[in-house]
Amino acid sequence: MSPKTLYDKIWDAHVAHEAEDGTTLLYIDRHLVHEVTSAQAFEGLRMTGRTVRAPDKTIAVPDHNVPTTPDRVDGIENEEGRIQVAALDANAKEFGIHYYPMNDIRQGIVHIVGPEQGWTLPGMTVVCGDSHTATHGAFGALAHGIGTSEVEHVLATQTLIQKKSKNMKVEITGKLQPGVTAKDITLAVIGETGTAGGTGYVIEYCGQAIRDLSMEGRMTVCNMAIEGGARAGLIAPDETTFKYVNGRAHAPKGAQWEAAMDWWKTLFTDEGAEFDLVVTLKGEDIQPVVTWGTSPEDVLPITASVPFPEDFTGGKVDAVKRSLAYMGLESGTKLTDIEIDTVFIGSCTNGRIEDLRAVADVVKGKKIKDGMRAMIVPGSGLVRAQAEEEGLGDIFMEAGFEWRLAGCSMCLAMNPDQLSENERCASTSNRNFEGRQGYKGRTHLVSPAMAAAAALTGKLTDIRELV
Amino acid sequence: MDKFEKIQGIAAPMPLVNIDTDMIIPKIHLKSIKRTGFGKNLFDEMRFNRDGTEIPDFVLNKPQYRDADILVAGDNFGCGSSREHAPWAIADFGIKCVVSTSFADIFFNNCFKNGILPIVLPQEQVDLLMADAEKGANARMTVDLEAQEITTSDGDVIKFDVDTFKKHCLLEGLDDIGLTMEKVSAIDTFEDKAAQDRPWV
Repeated sequence: MSPKTLYDKIWDAHVAHEAEDGTTLLYIDRHLVHEVTSAQAFEGLRMTGRTVRAPDKTIAVPDHNVPTTPDRVDGIENEEGRIQVAALDANAKEFGIHYYPMNDIRQGIVHIVGPEQGWTLPGMTVVCGDSHTATHGAFGALAHGIGTSEVEHVLATQTLIQKKSKNMKVEITGKLQPGVTAKDITLAVIGETGTAGGTGYVIEYCGQAIRDLSMEGRMTVCNMAIEGGARAGLIAPDETTFKYVNGRAHAPKGAQWEAAMDWWKTLFTDEGAEFDLVVTLKGEDIQPVVTWGTSPEDVLPITASVPFPEDFTGGKVDAVKRSLAYMGLESGTKLTDIEIDTVFIGSCTNGRIEDLRAVADVVKGKKIKDGMRAMIVPGSGLVRAQAEEEGLGDIFMEAGFEWRLAGCSMCLAMNPDQLSENERCASTSNRNFEGRQGYKGRTHLVSPAMAAAAALTGKLTDIRELV
Repeated sequence: MDKFEKIQGIAAPMPLVNIDTDMIIPKIHLKSIKRTGFGKNLFDEMRFNRDGTEIPDFVLNKPQYRDADILVAGDNFGCGSSREHAPWAIADFGIKCVVSTSFADIFFNNCFKNGILPIVLPQEQVDLLMADAEKGANARMTVDLEAQEITTSDGDVIKFDVDTFKKHCLLEGLDDIGLTMEKVSAIDTFEDKAAQDRPWV
C-alpha cells in the first residue's frame, strides 16, 4: 500500500459513497450544533418531513448569543437572541439530540464543550455550522465548518457531499522561546502563508514545537487553521491526546477504549507520504506576535512597528491603507506604543483552563491599569468552575477583571459584550475584521499572556519584558 | 432551488482583497431564524451610515450599480465565518455570480446551495473583468454556465472551470439532500460496517 497522510487515513475511513468524478458522501461521526446557524436547518427538516438521522451523534449548545453576566439565569433580555436560543431549546427537544442548555454547568462554547465532554475523539469526522470547528483537529479528527444548508444535509443524512482537499504540512521545528505560545505559532503561520494560503488544503501541523504543546495549545493552533484558509487543521494523536481523552464523559471505556486505542495508534502520516505543500518554521524564530490590521494575516512581532502600505504589493496596498485608517494607526508607530482601552480574554481560541492560568501568572497580585475595561470569559461552565477551584477567579477579580460566565462573548459580539466606536481592544480571539467586536471597534489579536500584560500596562506590551 | 439561467447583466467592481463574511453581513443581522430578507443588510456597514442613510461612495449605492447581477471582487472573497447569511444576503440582493481569484472554502460551497455561481479566474482575467465592470451600467457582461464562458461588453470571451456535479446541480436547481437520499442504502451499509469497526463512535 502506498504511504498515506493522516488526512488520507481519516478520509478513507469515512467514505460512504464515491462517484466517478470523486464527489464523495463523507460520513459524519459528530455533528455539533449551536443556535445561530441551525434554526433554518431544523425548519427545513420540518418543511420536508425529514428527521435527524443520528440524534445520538448530534450535540447542541447555545453559545453565540448568550449573555455572560450572572443575570442570565433570569433569561436573555435581547428579544431576537432569546428567540434564537429558545428555538434551539425546542429543536433539541423535538429531534431528541444531546443538549446542554444555557444554565447547565456543562454549557459553553461548542468547540470547548465537545472535547471537554469527550464527544471529540481521534480519527472522527466532526462538523458544525461554525468555521472554528477546525479546533477539534487537535485530536487528529477531521473537523471543519459548514453552512446552514450543509447542517440540514448532515442532520438528514449524517453525510456531507465533499471533494477531497489537498495535503499541506506545517512543521514547527525545535523549541519555543519563553513567552511564546500556541497562539503565537498559529498567528505566525498565518503571517507567513496569508489568509488564502491554505485554501484548498487540509493542514497537518507537526514538528517538535507542536508535539510539546498541551491539548489546549494544540486546539489553539488548529482553531485558527480556518484563518489561514484551510478546510481543516490536524495534529496526529499521541500520549498527550490519549491522556486528555481518557475518562471523559463520552469517551470509550474498558474494552472499547482498548479497541479504540488500537486504531488511534495507527493515525499518523506514514513515512514517505507526499504533501502537496510544505511550510516549515523554526520554533526558535517565532516571537510573541500581535496583529496591527483588519486581517489575521496582518501579523508582526511585538517588537516591530506599524508597516507602510508601500511595504506591500498588488491589491494588498489599498487594503492596508483601508486597514490603517480603520485602526486609527500611523505607519512607523512602534507596536508597543499603541494604547489599549479594553482587554478581552476568552473565545474558542483561548478560553480554556491553560489560557486562564497563563493570564493568572501575569496578573497575580497586580492591578489592571486605571480606566481599563478588562473581561475574562471562560470557554465553558466547567472551565470556570475549575478556575475558581484553583483560585484563579479571585486573582482575576482582585486584579480588576470582570469574571464572566461562559459564551462566545466579545469574540463576535452578538451578545451585549461589544466594543464601542474606536474602542481599541487587545483580544485573545481569532478575528480582527472590521466591526467584528463591535461597530468600528479596533481589534489586536494576541496570546492570553500578552492580553494580560496589556491590561496591566495599558499598551500593547512585550510579555518578555514583564516576566 | 431555481434553475441557474444565463446572466446578461451589470457587474459591480469590488477590488478590495479579503472581503470577509463580517463585511458581507455583520452579526447583528444573524439573529433571524429565517433564510430570507437579508438583501437589505448586504455589506451593511460599508453601505449605510448608522442612521440608515446611504454611503454614496460605496459601489452598490452608485446609480449604475444598484441593480448589479454580478460582483467582480479582490482575492480571497468570503473569508471568515461559515454564516450562510452571507450568500443569502447576496442572492436576496439579486447578485447571482461572483468572480474572484480565490474564495474561502466554506463560502464557496455555501454559494452553490443558494443558486450563486462563484467563478475562480487567474489575476489577469479578473483584472480584465474588473476594468469592464468599472465602465458602469452600459457595459453588460454575460455569464453562461452551460458553456462555461463569460463574455465582456467588448465581446472578449473568458472560459472558466466549474465542478461537474456542482454545475449540474445549479443548472437543474437540484436539492442536495434529495440527491443524497437516493443513496441511502450506501449510507446504511457504511453505518453498519462502521458500527462493527468502530463501535465507540
